[in-house]
Amino acid sequence: MAQTYLHNAREQTAALKPLRKRRWGGAAPYLFIFPWIFGFVVFTLGPLLFSLIISFFDWPIVGKVTFIGFDNYIEMFTDDPMFWTSLFVTLKFAALFVPLNIIIALGLAMLLNQKVRGSAIFRTAFYLPSVISGVALAMIWSWVYSGDYGILNYFLSLFGIQGPDWLNDTKWSLVAMVVASLWGQGSMMLIFLAGLKGIPKDLYESASIDGAGKIRQFFSVTIPMITPTILFNLITSIIAAFQQLTLALLLTGGGPLKSTYFYAMYMYENAFKYFKMGYSAANAWFMFLIVLVLTFLVFKSSEAWVFYEGEMKKNSRDERKSKKGGQAG
Amino acid sequence: MKKMLTYALLIVFSLLFIAPLFWAVTTALKSQQELYLFPPKWIPSVWKFSNFAEAWNSQPFNLFLKNTVIITALSTLGQLISCTLVAYGFARFQFKGRDFLFLVVLATMMIPWEVTMIPQYMEFNYLGWINTLKPLIVPSWFGSAYYIFLLRQFILTLPRELDEAATIDGASKVTVLFWIIVPLMGPSLILVAVFQVMSCWNDYLGPLIFLNDQTKYTLTLGLSQFKGMYGVDMQSIMAITCLISIPPLAIFFFAQRYIVGGIATTGIKG
Repeated sequence: MAQTYLHNAREQTAALKPLRKRRWGGAAPYLFIFPWIFGFVVFTLGPLLFSLIISFFDWPIVGKVTFIGFDNYIEMFTDDPMFWTSLFVTLKFAALFVPLNIIIALGLAMLLNQKVRGSAIFRTAFYLPSVISGVALAMIWSWVYSGDYGILNYFLSLFGIQGPDWLNDTKWSLVAMVVASLWGQGSMMLIFLAGLKGIPKDLYESASIDGAGKIRQFFSVTIPMITPTILFNLITSIIAAFQQLTLALLLTGGGPLKSTYFYAMYMYENAFKYFKMGYSAANAWFMFLIVLVLTFLVFKSSEAWVFYEGEMKKNSRDERKSKKGGQAG
Repeated sequence: MKKMLTYALLIVFSLLFIAPLFWAVTTALKSQQELYLFPPKWIPSVWKFSNFAEAWNSQPFNLFLKNTVIITALSTLGQLISCTLVAYGFARFQFKGRDFLFLVVLATMMIPWEVTMIPQYMEFNYLGWINTLKPLIVPSWFGSAYYIFLLRQFILTLPRELDEAATIDGASKVTVLFWIIVPLMGPSLILVAVFQVMSCWNDYLGPLIFLNDQTKYTLTLGLSQFKGMYGVDMQSIMAITCLISIPPLAIFFFAQRYIVGGIATTGIKG
């Protein structure tokens, strides 16, 4: 059917031009996007505004609702040590997780980008842990980290190192959490891989003609060309770091001694353990603010380090387009 | 020499990613005595396949499986239908506020779920939906930003002449969508289905927040229950871990081409 239409279409397009304008518009488009509009209002915009409103109330899940102005926010900053603890834990986690995530994902992507046999198999191996559920991942790591029977300490013992009880040692619990999180971050690696494949080959050729070695090429060609991808991954990593909850709930429950008590967990407990909905909404909005500020700062700084050379970008985009066209046809 | 180094690194990293999975599988097959040996044994001397049945029967996992399948199937169907309609609306019509609305679609991807979680909980509580599967299904019928984006990008690559020719022949917009556009959208619809099935199947926080009765539990909740249970052995936990990981792994193997391509598109947008 599509084929015939395509055939007819070619002949008819010319005659169509004046018709086109009239046929657009009206109520039809709004009917098509209506599901999204409805969902947006009911499940996103509404809740977003409502959570801002209840953050100014003492709002238990059952019982009397009282307007208290900024008291939730004031209490958070001045009278709640758990707020500061969880914020600090999360910032520490982010400071470790975000750079490591970027570096490792980029490193793995560069390895996969080499011309080697079986690169698809290696890619699958690297991505495999990202496919399974966070619960499964947590269960596997709780066993890997087990102090007495864990495979990690066995591995270390081969080198004569006595490993700690990772998840029950305040010195190591957060690091253990970072490593377990990094293990399931395969999509970032794939995004980098796509970015690397998009770098035009001739850039490397002309660089090597100019006498640039491999290391020089990495810093003068590869890195500048993938800075847009780095920017994207940086922002998603920051957001992911602030939302880390599943692993904390299942691996450590926030312990030992609150060393892995993430901000998301603090919020979750305020809402669903203590049922302080208003207070938890205030927590959430403060976190949203931090994430927005960080994203804004990253974007602002990106003007200095993200490389969008108009010409070059256009060329590579055209190339991509023609590739896509080829696939579709 | 350089090639050798590349291969060595590739193999070492592959092992780092696969070893914990492999260990999970062999742990699931171990007998009680072999479980707590140090140094641990990679390969159990006797493969106890009965561990799987025992673990499965230690909680009502058949029921959890049923709940998970219902949620996954209905929410995936909802995403496919709603996102197709919305993506078509954004890709093929010119209307007031279109570009702004599409920007809003993209912006919603940046909102952390924690901010909307509490009001959503209260909303569902008000509707009496807490402890039913509805909160995990119904929102999927109203589209999701990322999928709308993916499908819209795909529809934009289809020649507009197709629609126009059909319209000339008297086809309505709905007919065009379902008889011309949808049949050509195969790969991108598969991608959306695959992503949605996987994220639904693997979801933990949604069920954790919205379900509290064991009869409504999903597989991931069932697995997480082991954590606090007294006297549950590691091999049971690993057996369930392995069993519930089979569907996403299988889907990944069959749809790998789509998934890798789809994730790559995400990056290009950035």
